[in-house]
Amino acid sequence: MDFLRRFARNKGAVLGAAVLAGVVLLALLAPVIFPDSPWEIAGPPFRRPGEMGFLLGTDTLGRDVAAGIAHGARVTLLLSLVSTAVALSIGVILGAVAGYHGGWVDDLVMRFTEFFQTIPNFILLVVLVAIFTPSITSIVTAIGIVSWPPLARIVRGEFLTLRSREFVQAAHVLGQSSPRIIFGEILPNALSPVIVSASLMVATAVLLESALSFLGLGDPNLMSWGYMIGAARTVIRHAWWISFFPGVAIALTVLALNLVGEGLSDALNPRLARKGRA
Amino acid sequence: MSGAPLLAIESLTIALPAGAERAHAVEGISLTLARNEILCIVGESGSGKSMTAHAIMGLLPQPHVRATAGRILYQGEDLLAATPARLRALRGHKLGMIFQEPMTALHPIMRIEAQIAEVIQQHAPLDRAALRDRVTALLLSVGLPDPERLRRAYPHRLSGGQRQRVMIAMALALEPDILVADEPTTALDVTTQAQILALIRDIQAARQMGVLLITHDFGVVAEVADRVAVMQHGRIVELGPVDQILEAPQHPYTQSLIAAVPRLMAVPKPRAAEAGVVLEAEGVTKTFRQRSWIPGRGTEVAAVKAVSLSLHRGETIGLVGESGSGKSTFARCVVRLLEADGGAIRLDGTDIVPLGRRAMRPFRQRIQMVFQDPYASLNPRRLVGDIIAAGPLAHGIARAEAERRTTELLALVGLDPAASSRYPHEFSGGQRQRIGLARALAMQPGILVADEPVSALDVSVQAQVLALLADVRARFDLAMLFITHDLRVAAQVCDRVAVMYRGEIVELRPTAELFADPRHPYVRELLAAVPGKRWLPAVAG
Amino acid sequence: MGGRLGYIGQRLVKAVFVILGIIVLNFLLIRLAPGDPAMVLAGEAGAADPKFIDDLRREFGLDQPLWRQLLIYMQGILSFDLGFSYRQKAPILDLILQRLPQTILLTGSALTFAIVAGVSLGALAARNVGTWWDTVITTLALLVYAMPQFWLGLMLVLLFSVQLGWLPTFGMNSISANYTGLDHVLDVGRHLILPSLTLGMFFMAVYARLTRASMLEVADLDFVRTGRAKGLPEGRIQRRYILRNALLPVVTYAGLQAGYLVGGSILIETVFAWPGIGRLAFEAVLVRDYNLLLGIFIVASVLVIAFNLLTDILYTVVDPRIELSA
Repeated sequence: MDFLRRFARNKGAVLGAAVLAGVVLLALLAPVIFPDSPWEIAGPPFRRPGEMGFLLGTDTLGRDVAAGIAHGARVTLLLSLVSTAVALSIGVILGAVAGYHGGWVDDLVMRFTEFFQTIPNFILLVVLVAIFTPSITSIVTAIGIVSWPPLARIVRGEFLTLRSREFVQAAHVLGQSSPRIIFGEILPNALSPVIVSASLMVATAVLLESALSFLGLGDPNLMSWGYMIGAARTVIRHAWWISFFPGVAIALTVLALNLVGEGLSDALNPRLARKGRA
Repeated sequence: MSGAPLLAIESLTIALPAGAERAHAVEGISLTLARNEILCIVGESGSGKSMTAHAIMGLLPQPHVRATAGRILYQGEDLLAATPARLRALRGHKLGMIFQEPMTALHPIMRIEAQIAEVIQQHAPLDRAALRDRVTALLLSVGLPDPERLRRAYPHRLSGGQRQRVMIAMALALEPDILVADEPTTALDVTTQAQILALIRDIQAARQMGVLLITHDFGVVAEVADRVAVMQHGRIVELGPVDQILEAPQHPYTQSLIAAVPRLMAVPKPRAAEAGVVLEAEGVTKTFRQRSWIPGRGTEVAAVKAVSLSLHRGETIGLVGESGSGKSTFARCVVRLLEADGGAIRLDGTDIVPLGRRAMRPFRQRIQMVFQDPYASLNPRRLVGDIIAAGPLAHGIARAEAERRTTELLALVGLDPAASSRYPHEFSGGQRQRIGLARALAMQPGILVADEPVSALDVSVQAQVLALLADVRARFDLAMLFITHDLRVAAQVCDRVAVMYRGEIVELRPTAELFADPRHPYVRELLAAVPGKRWLPAVAG
Repeated sequence: MGGRLGYIGQRLVKAVFVILGIIVLNFLLIRLAPGDPAMVLAGEAGAADPKFIDDLRREFGLDQPLWRQLLIYMQGILSFDLGFSYRQKAPILDLILQRLPQTILLTGSALTFAIVAGVSLGALAARNVGTWWDTVITTLALLVYAMPQFWLGLMLVLLFSVQLGWLPTFGMNSISANYTGLDHVLDVGRHLILPSLTLGMFFMAVYARLTRASMLEVADLDFVRTGRAKGLPEGRIQRRYILRNALLPVVTYAGLQAGYLVGGSILIETVFAWPGIGRLAFEAVLVRDYNLLLGIFIVASVLVIAFNLLTDILYTVVDPRIELSA
């Protein structure tokens, strides 16, 4: 309850949460509002927004842009959430192992992490998806592979600081077992920055996924917002709306995720506040 | 000392922002500072003494914290009514200030000479040659050797004591009338502290300055003060000459504060009947190595070098030393938080150094630890009751029994049993230390290792926790290894004292003998450095 | 001084290891990809030519033990032979080198813009924290940060090129005009504005937020208070005390951004038809010319590593404490 109150104090975060809720709602209700597949030709091509009952117009082949946006919401949310989960699993495990053990294990994992952080991650993403042919699996895995390093760093950092915190030392002196210490003492205190990072990572995943689809490397069965922008790239002069609305959708979703992430960061601040001498 | 005071604070009130612990940091305080005197403002945390110092310099964190009433008169001019430009002109020129943490008080990427030159050039610019000479003279005047090399250095190359001297040089560069010193020696080692205090006193005498020195340490007051103001909860409760305050305090708060300061004289404790040895350390060594990929570039620090001692049941041995002496490292080796590199540590006869993690577990029950930082030694996300019961539960004690012990111990350490369903952040520093003690006692150990358990506490709270420790020790016939840098505390608490210097025990003797007749030169230096050592505070009761 | 050289030396050694690691990674990717490695190396077009495939097999020793193949591959790359693009009928390295300067021009100007604009805005926001300026700048940064770069580029083209006609739509120069000398430079410049602005805006937002946060953090530190206690004017405090120290993490961060910049160039060069290696990568993706793609990956990585090394060196100049850590 305390946490919700603190979160609510941040106006931007509340706004972000509201927008996010809207996107989720749209994704869930898409098959209800737009029962036909977005790939279906719904009308004549190049209708402007508002013409013939098409709220957002039709695209180069006559597909309903609004339907594309609604169904695209499902694609975006699905892909970004799953790929973040992939990144989380890799990052948290590696980071925890490195941070807890220290020594040569830490060195090794850190070299590995640094390597992945040095290479240009978007190009690697393109290479991975291109070589392994675009599909939900390859895209989600590739985004996960390219995104885990910052998370591993954060988790490692938390574990390193917490490991030498006095209450963790006390747990050692009391004779608690290692797993108990990791899960009972360290992890609950390490979670806050991870949660914040994860929400920001979902935002990045949305951008990465849309960039891939824009370049034509999206799953060919999925109508995603990036794909819509990419498909309309050459006709931008005549039909601005086909690229405009999907882009707005992406920007709003990413913005909402960032706002929520920052709100979480403020609300989850650990209560280790030290009172200085006055 | 005649004529109008140099500085006069009249009915000063400083308001705190809404939501703070109280409405005012400081309420209606008045004091004067004459030329050529040292006035000490002494008080515990939250007394408002630091705020007062910042208010004089116009350094309050506005707009949240601001002076709402009163005047601060410097040579007749009200500083609170002065324009920001006027205040800036005065700061560094007529009013100098030094702060508590020397390690973070200097600009990290500016050379020493540039930092000192900066203040000179701002208020009374000199040409290059004169500036050079002035900086050199200043560095020498604060006791910094080799000014030619030091001036070109960056702060990270200097020790804490050296940085504080640079701060003093900067503050005094333009010969201000007033020096405000906010806990200038609190973050320094005892020996360095003595040097800095002597420096401040000498400079004050030489330049006939008025010095306002903020401190929480009555020893410092005894050492340097001419007059003393005692603050509590934002008010001045007593103000007078130092002799009067120290020998015949009037206000009950002052009396209680002074009573809480441990005397620097140990009473020879009756040696109990020959008790068995519960802990024996023999030639313990610990070296920290920093590996480097480039061969030959690793560094090695020998933190503990062949330390040996024997602890008897019911006895308290104090491990005394400054930072870097190895006392904390040794303590951590004893409880196996660190692996000793060499030597033996015997608990009831068994050497625990070579034991693996599993084999060590049963021994954990016998020796427990109390930590220094009350704000970091309790898991903020666990209930107090869980924290205390965690140890016994981990060793297979039944939950009912563990909870029974928790309730009993909470009462023993002076806390309400309802505390077990609250979180650590709801408690004060002193209370958290009690919880930490309860956690250690829940294991029913025979040996307690206390690592600076009262160093982070106010002096009155410190007295209470020390009394509690004494009570617990007697009740359970505990053997204790007590680590501290504070010799007064050691005098009060310990049967024997081991003084550590650079990883070795240089002297280990019964407390009374050590304090009365120190043999090793370092020990003598250490005892001589204790501020106010000649003053014996009246014992309570 | 020895400490500083040692630090740089360490970084150089690390860089070499990373490059070797990338080569190994490339090798692994080729082997892990679905299908015959020779097909992967040949690309879609080349795979149709059996003779080409045979040549490839021999050249890369695909019938030899794995470690042998790795060595052959490594040798090839290290002697600057990145393979041959069947589709484009040219050695890959040549193709890349042709386009590399254009990408460097683009990313260089984008980065410059991003740093100058970002740091200034961030510092402005920090100095006026809580006021209207601060809110405007932070909101602007948040908005720009959330927009997909390729979409932003398209929108800017719509606005400035299609609607207002101020700037050219695509390409690097007006081909038909045949400018020379100064006219040519100006022409390229005009074409450069939109793409580098687009590429840079995202990073401008990043730097603005980072600078602001860093300055706010530094402003609370003890030594700033000491500076005020010396009676120094506020402007000096802001510049020499706060900003100077706040910039340190920004420099480090700039190094980390290099990878994203080069990656982003794929998108921007595609949108603006800018003839750099980004666009080349896009073309390679279109025709499934994997070998070309991998070659671009290696070159781009080397570029990023070189840039990181530069920022490391710059950091030692900016932070004199580095001599300690070596």
